Amino acid sequence: MEQMLLEINHLKSYFFTRKGVSPAVDDVSIRVPKGKIVGIVGESGCGKSMTAKSVMDLLKYPGRVVEGEILLEGRDLTKLSAKEKRKVRGEDVSMIFQEPMTSLNPVVKVGKQVREAILIHQKTDKAEAKKRVLEVFREVGISEPEKRYDCYPHELSGGLRQRVMIAMAMVCRPKLMIADEPTTALDVTIEAQILKLIKNLCATTGMSCLLISHNLGVIAQMCDYVYVMYAGKIVEQGDVYTIFDRASHPYTKGLLASVIHLDTPQTGHLSTIPGVVPNLMHLPAGCAFCGRCQEAVGRCRAEKPELYELGNGHASRCFLSIESEAIHE
Amino acid sequence: MKIRKTAKSGPGAAVQETACPDTAAAQQEREALVAQLGESDTFLDKMRRMASDNKLAVVSAVVIVLFILLALFAPLLTPYDFDEMDLLARLAPPSAKHLFGTDELGRDVLTRLLYGARVSLAVGIIPTIVSMLIGAVLGMISGYIGGAVDAVIMRLADVMLSFPSLLLAMVIMYTLGDGIVSIFIALAVTNWASVARVVRSETLSLRETEYVEAARSIGVRDFAIIFRHILPNCIPSLIVLFTLNVPAAILSESSLSFLGIGVQLPNSSWGLMVNMGRSFLYNAPWMSLVPSAAIMLVVLAFNFLGDGLRDVLDPHLKNS
Amino acid sequence: MVKSIGKRLLQTLLVLFCVSLLIFILLRIVPGDAVTTMMGEHASAETIERLTAEMNLDKPFYVQFGYYIRDICTGNFGTSYTLNKPVTELIGAAFPNTVKLALLAAVIAWVIGIVCGVIAAVKKNGILDRIFMGVSLLGVSIPVFMVAMLLQYLIGYRLHWVDISGVESWTGFILPAIALGWNSAGSIARLTRSTLVEVLTEDYIDTARAKGRGRAAVILLHALRNAMLPVITMMALQISSLLSGAVITETIFAINGVGRLAVDAITSRDIPLLQGTVLFTTVIVIAGNLAADCLYSVLDPRIRRGA
Repeated sequence: MEQMLLEINHLKSYFFTRKGVSPAVDDVSIRVPKGKIVGIVGESGCGKSMTAKSVMDLLKYPGRVVEGEILLEGRDLTKLSAKEKRKVRGEDVSMIFQEPMTSLNPVVKVGKQVREAILIHQKTDKAEAKKRVLEVFREVGISEPEKRYDCYPHELSGGLRQRVMIAMAMVCRPKLMIADEPTTALDVTIEAQILKLIKNLCATTGMSCLLISHNLGVIAQMCDYVYVMYAGKIVEQGDVYTIFDRASHPYTKGLLASVIHLDTPQTGHLSTIPGVVPNLMHLPAGCAFCGRCQEAVGRCRAEKPELYELGNGHASRCFLSIESEAIHE
Repeated sequence: MKIRKTAKSGPGAAVQETACPDTAAAQQEREALVAQLGESDTFLDKMRRMASDNKLAVVSAVVIVLFILLALFAPLLTPYDFDEMDLLARLAPPSAKHLFGTDELGRDVLTRLLYGARVSLAVGIIPTIVSMLIGAVLGMISGYIGGAVDAVIMRLADVMLSFPSLLLAMVIMYTLGDGIVSIFIALAVTNWASVARVVRSETLSLRETEYVEAARSIGVRDFAIIFRHILPNCIPSLIVLFTLNVPAAILSESSLSFLGIGVQLPNSSWGLMVNMGRSFLYNAPWMSLVPSAAIMLVVLAFNFLGDGLRDVLDPHLKNS
Repeated sequence: MVKSIGKRLLQTLLVLFCVSLLIFILLRIVPGDAVTTMMGEHASAETIERLTAEMNLDKPFYVQFGYYIRDICTGNFGTSYTLNKPVTELIGAAFPNTVKLALLAAVIAWVIGIVCGVIAAVKKNGILDRIFMGVSLLGVSIPVFMVAMLLQYLIGYRLHWVDISGVESWTGFILPAIALGWNSAGSIARLTRSTLVEVLTEDYIDTARAKGRGRAAVILLHALRNAMLPVITMMALQISSLLSGAVITETIFAINGVGRLAVDAITSRDIPLLQGTVLFTTVIVIAGNLAADCLYSVLDPRIRRGA
């Protein structure tokens, strides 16, 4: 049994707005083993970013964690005091965001911003901290680190900015790095470099990574284990090979089918999943996906399915998957 | 083919109308989108939203309309004549007979307040409309054409803005002599520059939008672009600016009249009333405080309304 | 960057030139002879002729303007018609009072405004927020003369706490400064609150918190640095409105400042004095704007490189 670094158990984070309660994260359980990369994939608005922010306790009003445990090496993060939570942030768990341009303070030099991460958590002097920053800059592949130290964010390219963000996240040697769509805003070639960098860092430092993306290609390349989310719930989970070879949930199958390959025939329609994600405040009575599901049966519209175990860590939130897996066996 | 601009912000986004073939599936999808995103956000919808969210703004609008009506129908509403003097009741404190007391010649303050409202409100609203027209036109031309024209207009605006507004108005009053028309001109001239600046910066950003680029590429004339694309998008900001500039004009006029430079006798305005009441501040404070309170109320009402409008029309103006 | 400063200076000089031209034109189009205004209607024809020649009023327009510019550049603003002293001397005596008044008002207004704005933004939608914003709105809506008179009446007359006019000491400046600054404080508070609220929704605030920064540190070290930029722009604009307000405040509290001089000049039709005071205040506004521009480019690195 692998050692679990992070265990999220039955997490519920809701948004309490004037128009109603929105269950952005509804009973989500995720496990991140030590040294592995775990991916969360899903459409915009499915709750994957909210899950990540819940771990870091960065949810903004009117959202908050309602129920559940977040165990980091056994410690429940939800039960910590504000001061203790602050200590965890940046030191044990760090996060990188999607938009490197807006994620860096535009009026402060990048070197100082990374240095701040050290000075918050460790008692060193500024010169020592600066040295460490330059070291990390080199680690993440920033050329001419001394020159870049004194640059402002708008003077750097997108790829460099993201490297700075990664440096900021790495500098205190966290146990877990949460990457929220780290390459969505970057060019494809830069994306490849950044992903390779993240994978390398995890391999060399033993750091775990929780990678969030809507891009199946990124997930396939990077992750050891995958969770698929839809409308605030986990609808399928499994190791990366199982998910990509033997996806069980119709949503996952739909996602995979919509990816275009080099050998996709040029004639005919592009495969899509019809419809849109339902409004979280007005979810249907049965399965949240039934309105768009090609395989839906009567039961789907009436009952909400549970997450059913399919063996070997593979699970799916679909009535039909139990039956089909039984046939496979 | 109609393409409507999507709302900049807010919970609803205007659904784009196109004339593409309407299959049943597309229709369904559009309805799903509308259900998902909320109904389209036209001007009327925004007003409705403001009315339901911001009761204060609605109350303010009512107050303003009330004042305007009171001013318009003053002769019919006032209990006394404008010049009627009751020498036996000079400097009388507020009572049932004289709701706001009397001045040093026994004239009813309430009556004079209502008559003064005509001048103060007119001087607040009319020059503001004029200055906004001038400012908007110059701003749009300046922003759209750019180059030398822009430089000249902006330098002119800089010159206007270098004067403390009250002093500029004073100098213009000096040049033009007394009279209400002079005040109108003075206030119109002082206020156009800030409007022009705001409209210019909006024009600059609108000029770079893709629909303007598209219009240009199919050969629409510049003049038509300004009128059909840029102006309508400036209107929300202009509306908000209007509600913010009217109180500024009212305050300017009352300051000028207070100093003795604005409205002169036998006309009356709230500012003039405050000035006249100044010498009696200690024994008949109502003479000055009542018109001051009226000014404050109207200004507050416009500010609340302006805030409410700004929240629904153009939150970006918050920083200007 | 030097190039852009140079460009700004040139623009400023151009604006100064246009301003003086405008003042010159506005004050000379007045119908009626300037000399008769000054001397009254009973002056003899000889005196009128002599004075007209002395004051160059018989020369063509552009020549007069030439003399005017020359005079300004040499610091000669002429002699006041009514007070018979050089305008420079009168302004020299008056302007320290105006500066004291405006400075005190500005400091009070800006400090109180920013502090209230920050608190209101941090405690958004709470009681303090509503109170502060309500008072700010009131501040922006009350005419300066009303505050001044109310303060005079309540605190000066009824409560006898401070002097109500005259400025023997610094205490004499407190009431007028409050009256003058009230308006500005309100605007600054509202702007600070709205910019800070917006800045707090930016992504880099999340980054700072993800690093482990506490709430207070995030606001002071990250949010405020960005939120202050528009606020400083507004402060620069307020130099102009503070001077306008000073005109009224000085009149009500009987302070001998440049504003009051200007009012006196208008009512007595004293052209040189009016010219001098208006030109003077305009120069201050222009200088203030230039300083604010430079400050802005120092604080916002994006502007520095012309990005």
